[in-house]
Amino acid sequence: MVGNLLGVILLAPLAAVIGCLLLHRPRFVELLNLAAAIIVFLGVLCLLPRALSGPYLFWAGYLIVDPLSAWVLLSVASVYLLASIYAIGYMRPSGEERLYRFYALFAGFGFTTLAGPLMNNIGVYWIAIELTTLVSTFLVCFELGRESVEAAWKYIVIVSGGISLALLGIIFYYWGGSLVLGATYDLTWSALRQVAPRVDPTIGLTAFLLVFIGFGTKVGLAPMHTWLPDAHSEGPAPVSAMLSGALLNTAMVGIVRFIQVSDAAHLGHLPRTVVVAIGALSLFVAALFITRQTGIKRLMAYSSVEHMGIMALGFGFGGSLGVAGALYHMLGHSLNKSLMFFGAGNAMHVFHSKRIGRMHKVLSRMPVSGFLWLAGAVAITGAPPFGLFPGEFTILRAGFQGPNVWAALAMLILLIVIFVGFLNHFRAMYFGDAPLPAPAISRHKPLSPWCLLPMWLALIPLLVLGLWWPAAFSHYFSVIAEQLSGAGASP
Amino acid sequence: MFAAQLPPLTASLFSLVAIASLLLSFVMLGSRWLTDYLIAFAGQSWLIAILSAAVGYYGHYPELYLIAVLTALFRGVVLPYLILRIIRRLKVNREIHERLSPSACLVVGAVLVLFAFVVSSHLCQALGLTGTAAVLALTVMLSMKLIGFLMLAVRSEALSQILALLVLENGIFLGSQILVPGMPLLIELVILFDLLVVVACFGVLVRYLLAQTGTSDASLLRRLVG
Repeated sequence: MVGNLLGVILLAPLAAVIGCLLLHRPRFVELLNLAAAIIVFLGVLCLLPRALSGPYLFWAGYLIVDPLSAWVLLSVASVYLLASIYAIGYMRPSGEERLYRFYALFAGFGFTTLAGPLMNNIGVYWIAIELTTLVSTFLVCFELGRESVEAAWKYIVIVSGGISLALLGIIFYYWGGSLVLGATYDLTWSALRQVAPRVDPTIGLTAFLLVFIGFGTKVGLAPMHTWLPDAHSEGPAPVSAMLSGALLNTAMVGIVRFIQVSDAAHLGHLPRTVVVAIGALSLFVAALFITRQTGIKRLMAYSSVEHMGIMALGFGFGGSLGVAGALYHMLGHSLNKSLMFFGAGNAMHVFHSKRIGRMHKVLSRMPVSGFLWLAGAVAITGAPPFGLFPGEFTILRAGFQGPNVWAALAMLILLIVIFVGFLNHFRAMYFGDAPLPAPAISRHKPLSPWCLLPMWLALIPLLVLGLWWPAAFSHYFSVIAEQLSGAGASP
Repeated sequence: MFAAQLPPLTASLFSLVAIASLLLSFVMLGSRWLTDYLIAFAGQSWLIAILSAAVGYYGHYPELYLIAVLTALFRGVVLPYLILRIIRRLKVNREIHERLSPSACLVVGAVLVLFAFVVSSHLCQALGLTGTAAVLALTVMLSMKLIGFLMLAVRSEALSQILALLVLENGIFLGSQILVPGMPLLIELVILFDLLVVVACFGVLVRYLLAQTGTSDASLLRRLVG
């Protein structure tokens, strides 16, 4: 049963890619991609409870379904579904004849981000992450402007360079393991975890740092985040949502599993302290750039750096609280950041600009979408009653219980700075006076319902998650936390 | 481990190949001409193919012969051909705006090799492998990695950046042949294939770059800041 579901989840987007390439009719490719996204989402919903009794292995042990990968799939599939709905409304005005290419790439991107967390062999996982970069590069430069090509170039060069460090780290792990297990073995997560206590700690530490820097580049942790604001701000809005809500989580899985390996290797506090420090640095850098930001999508991009930093803090603090908080935050951030990018896309459509300074009286120009966007902005800064608040609060609690109390304090202060800085931009956009004489109101087409529906679909679960932390989730997180610490607990 | 139990003649053959490919990456650092980079890269790939075959022969890993043939074919012939096509499309054939002159690059490169040597001798000391071929393999692997990043940092021509990324990968591939010759065949095959896709993507992107900005100088890409 799990195997069949897995087949459905992976084959649906692939079928959509092939269908888009064969038939170029614009209406057809839109629906095909949407159908694939719905099938994937339903498949993941069915997979979620079944994965609890995992881990299950498929395809000669190359695919793994465990609660952690199923949870990441849930956030990836939610974003893929929301972004596919939004893309129908957003992409139509920008030309119909290239639409089939967009959806072929988009479904391909969906496929690679879904495949990544399921990889059991570490080498193959690396390749899946690399493939997500290659596919999404062409989505980032899809609009073929000067800026978007620049963003795509920076994206592919920085991320490929960074991720090659991760490959070096993986080779080091393999080397360390081969001194114990013999020359040839399958480098799976569980094999690495089992061999970790017997691997020389010098190699283990070097390999972990290389891998963390490598996948950290892809996750967008500061100071390796430099590609992220460019790529997120220059791609079409549904692509930005996928990059932020789906892709970054896929790379985060690798870091989480390597933290687990270094726990099993008994490397002391250093690996976790590094993760926590880099997480705190990401928050700091994001706070600086959010406060002084002038571009609306770059604002959202730096907010992604912030939230990846928070997740790194959660996983770095560890324990059942830290892991639960980080996972809850992952789902909430995926929903919320999609909502924010959709709102930004709508605002760019209405105001014909990416600059925050050009947007005034948003509520009178786009009442419904503006309301949803404002609610999302309150939510993304971690204010109650929305879904990010319980996650961040739990991570803070984990931080104050652990050895890195300084990081929890820094997180608390920086979150307040970001709250003020982020919402100040929204205050200016919604309630501020226009400093310039208001530009002549250009007539624009009303927003398509396709552009509003996914915003509702993101906000409602976000509100529910903020008011009610389901007991089933707690159980799920405790299973994941137990599996993550299981091998390393016994000294 | 394999590299620790080599007869002296074999060990020196491996060392020769590894040092020769390190020297070729210095050729890249010391030149301004794009075709020099390309020839150095192709030479490096052929050396790696020879190394794979040698490791396969002395270490009794028959699957490495296949890797050797594919390395020579993909990295030694197909990739250089693809890159040559990109060079022909570009109007420039040398670095124009260098941030660091080639001679200064050579000095920095030498310092990086020293650093790599210190790191790898520390690592090998911890493992009790001092004085084996592993030290050299690790040194060359890390140096090529650092030299690749140096090229990425100081060279601005789009093509130099592609080749710098390929030097990064070559370093890993070379080191892994000596350190972990038993790495599963599938992974090596997929990494080879992955490189082809990367270069194809870069080819398309360079075309966009030329069409949109009229230049292949990546240092002029500085509109997106802050």
